[in-house]
Amino acid sequence: MAFLIGQNMTGGYGGADILHDCSIGVEKGEIAVVVGPNGAGKSTAMKAVFGMLDIREGQVLMDGEDITSLSPQDRVLKGMGFVPQNANVFTSMTVEENLEMGAFIRNDDYHDTMEQVFDLFPILREKRRQPAGELSGGQRQQVAVGRALMTQPKVLMLDEPTAGVSPIVMDELFDRIIEIAKTGIAILMVEQNAKQALNIADKGYVLVQGRNRYTDTGAALMADPDVRKAFLGG
Amino acid sequence: METLNAFVLLANFVLVPGITYGCQLALGALGVTLIYSILRFSNFAHGEAMSFGTMAVILFTWALQSWGVSLGPLPTALLAIPVGIAASIFLLLATDKVVYRFHRSVKASPVILMIASLGVMFFYNGLIRFIISPKDRNFTDGERFIITAREFKTMTGLEQGMSIKMTQGITVIITMICVALLFWFLNKTRTGKSMRAYSDNENLALLSGINPDRVVMITWILVGALVTIAGTLYGLDKSYKPFTYLQLLLPIFAAAIVGGLGSPLGAIAGGFVIALSEVLVTFAYKRFFGYLIDGFKPDGLMQLLSTDYKFAVSFTVLVIVLLVRPTGIFKGQTL
Amino acid sequence: MIFKNRDVVLFGAMGLLFLAVGVFQSWNLSLAILNLGLISAIMALGVNIQWGYAGLLNVGVMGFAALGGLAAILVSAPPVQEAWVAGGGGVIFTLLVVVATIIAIIFAYNRTTGARRRWLITAIGVIGFFCARYFYGPATQAIEQVNPATSGYLGGAGMPIIFSWVVGGIFAAGAAWVVGKVALGLRSDYLAIATLGISEIIIAILKFEDWMTRGVKNVIGLPRPVPYEVNIQESVFFQELAATANIPLVEFSSIIVKLCYALLFGAVLLFILYLSEKALKSPWGRMMRAIRDNETAAEAMGKNVTGRHLQVFILGSAVIGVAGAMLTTIDGQFTPASYQPLRFTFLIWVMVIVGGSGNNRGAVLGGFLIWFAWVEAEPIGLWLIDTLTSGLGDDSSLRSHLMASAAHMRLMTMGLILLLVLRFAPKGLLPERAR
Repeated sequence: MAFLIGQNMTGGYGGADILHDCSIGVEKGEIAVVVGPNGAGKSTAMKAVFGMLDIREGQVLMDGEDITSLSPQDRVLKGMGFVPQNANVFTSMTVEENLEMGAFIRNDDYHDTMEQVFDLFPILREKRRQPAGELSGGQRQQVAVGRALMTQPKVLMLDEPTAGVSPIVMDELFDRIIEIAKTGIAILMVEQNAKQALNIADKGYVLVQGRNRYTDTGAALMADPDVRKAFLGG
Repeated sequence: METLNAFVLLANFVLVPGITYGCQLALGALGVTLIYSILRFSNFAHGEAMSFGTMAVILFTWALQSWGVSLGPLPTALLAIPVGIAASIFLLLATDKVVYRFHRSVKASPVILMIASLGVMFFYNGLIRFIISPKDRNFTDGERFIITAREFKTMTGLEQGMSIKMTQGITVIITMICVALLFWFLNKTRTGKSMRAYSDNENLALLSGINPDRVVMITWILVGALVTIAGTLYGLDKSYKPFTYLQLLLPIFAAAIVGGLGSPLGAIAGGFVIALSEVLVTFAYKRFFGYLIDGFKPDGLMQLLSTDYKFAVSFTVLVIVLLVRPTGIFKGQTL
Repeated sequence: MIFKNRDVVLFGAMGLLFLAVGVFQSWNLSLAILNLGLISAIMALGVNIQWGYAGLLNVGVMGFAALGGLAAILVSAPPVQEAWVAGGGGVIFTLLVVVATIIAIIFAYNRTTGARRRWLITAIGVIGFFCARYFYGPATQAIEQVNPATSGYLGGAGMPIIFSWVVGGIFAAGAAWVVGKVALGLRSDYLAIATLGISEIIIAILKFEDWMTRGVKNVIGLPRPVPYEVNIQESVFFQELAATANIPLVEFSSIIVKLCYALLFGAVLLFILYLSEKALKSPWGRMMRAIRDNETAAEAMGKNVTGRHLQVFILGSAVIGVAGAMLTTIDGQFTPASYQPLRFTFLIWVMVIVGGSGNNRGAVLGGFLIWFAWVEAEPIGLWLIDTLTSGLGDDSSLRSHLMASAAHMRLMTMGLILLLVLRFAPKGLLPERAR
């Protein structure tokens, strides 16, 4: 049983179902990547795990505990961190304030965690007094990830963290994500850049039309000729 | 010397009243902007909320006066402000609970909230008239002037006098204190920052565990303080009449929009822009130029626009801003 | 068909209310309420066209109604020859200067760009302003000095007042065009605030431009479109009719006059209602609703949302202007100080929301019902407080305060009604029909 798992999830945004009997999960210290073509329900699966839409069937378990009925806020309290794809920073607030808001639910001293985030993303330390809205796309993503890390989550969920950033920045970002995973945090990530993402993934899920098509280790998926041909462009 | 006289004249009739009025508008516009950026609608009941707060202050001032309490040279009403604030906060929170909360919970569009605020305005208006009647009230006591025109003349030897009323001095000082406190709260405290975060990005604020109900509650508390202080200062400076507070709505909205709806800094700037243009445009320049140019005796008052049209001034400034820069001087939207 | 029945039942109930007032209070009062109810219904229709069809928030109903009132003066009041001699030329010249300035500004706007445009337009505006002021001051002063006690203004065209209903609509449409051009296409709040502003300014102008409206001195004795009571009382036919009906002649004549008004107003209401319904069912109306329900999608489909909004805003305002002119007609006088936002703007809003936004019949019903409640709330409130506090004794200060403040109760009641409807029946009494 994985540390965090969404089992046999079926549901959508109130209309027709988008997910059909879909399962994704991740272990502590590992990176799980969800890939698939446009409209495959990747982000939807992620949101279902985070409680942003109601699933009709199936359940979400974290550390063996059933959290299916919890609201996203309560899941944050349980130790889940979520980085949305868009609008994932407070643009009018400084980098430091963004991190501070990330730690809003904590009542203890969070300055150590902030130092850790700054160690992870040194550029943020430099720009701590700048409004996040003035940063470049890649730096913003770092702020977004940093904000989610401030709660000291056990699971970090990233919705297309590399959308709209340059390849160099993407590699850099993936390196950081690997570093985060090494500290023992489980990372569940939806990615558009399937090849690069599967390269760093311990586990990969290929979704098609809301269903699991292939599930295997990242390396195995990369090696699978069918997957390569259909989803990775050869 | 004549030039000096001319500028003292200008200071006396334009600068001092303009700054005072600007402070009052700024405090009013700050409330509008806070509500807009957190609750995301334009609150038409704002003028009435100011009126209500002032009324509460007046009632308690009367009680204090009847007990023989006074502040010496300062108006007794200052002592009553905390009570007025408490009353306004109570009213606003109660209103939020029975009116706005429901519409928020069903995610009603801002227009619906705006119409609800029209209903609230109606209700407050009746309530206020019911309690204190629509009469004109003057509740200023204590010293009338900080410096009278005569004192100024003997002091400086100038021909032109300049006076500063006690209420004008109080308005400026209290406004400075309020603005400083508000900015400190929004920028330095955790709660204040969480309000800014909520206004910036509601979804992300929720993801960060910021409690929206608490943010809304604190907003109303701040607004309660702001409306009471703004209304009381205005009432002390001019006089209290429920109808004038309804009419204040236009310059206050104009100030908030001109500055950039949702921007506190903008609300303050907008307040002064509106107030100073109102005073500058309706000022009669006859004596000013009389000082500057020897033997200058024009027929008219040299007034650009009669004071009857002061609303037209705020409206015109508003229109110009909407045409040239619809987002306002400071780009609005967030705290 | 279930809605049809609802229409009949609710309008029937409304009719019964008027009957009850006629039987228990007086027919004169009942008809008086009905006549103003008809005007309110037309205003509510105008607001409904803007709000119900397009979701536009007009908080300046008062101003557009007052423009209708201005039209009533300008059309029907007898012209004051002396005033025209004294300052008519100056006023016309001022107008010409204003028009020339505006044309120059438009010209400059089209021919230049950037900083140059800004400076040029500012310069033209300032020069135009001072030129206009130069002619305006002496001219208006001269006009206001002509028999200030009785005239002191230019007067009107001396035409039948009924024409002013059309003119009032045109005036209001003109003002709506200006406001719409500025504020439409921006956030919805801006339109609301802009309309609030323009209505305050219109009232200020009407109050203080004595040469045009006599300001707070009021224009009284505007001609009527219906016969005068005195003439009816002199007619042998009506004397006999009153005798047969066993009603005192004075009361009878007043009832006849009010009936004439009711017929006229009713005809206008039905005409506008017919047009609005027709428009709502036309492709144009379908498009308007499509835009209201999903602006983004409509825009993506290539609809000019701002342009359509401007259209509907002008139409609605014109209807309000017509009603405003009718109001001044029945009053027979123009009193700028009587234009209060609570009475005009916000009460009309209560009518629309209570009646059912988006449904013309609902707006009409709301107009009748809320006007009825507004008029009757005062005696009822007074009676209520009188009864409730009767135990306190006549010299109780609380009782006398409450009695004196009873009038303000109806403001609270109206606010409460609006809030309750918005909360528990947001679709109103007669909901918009799904088509």
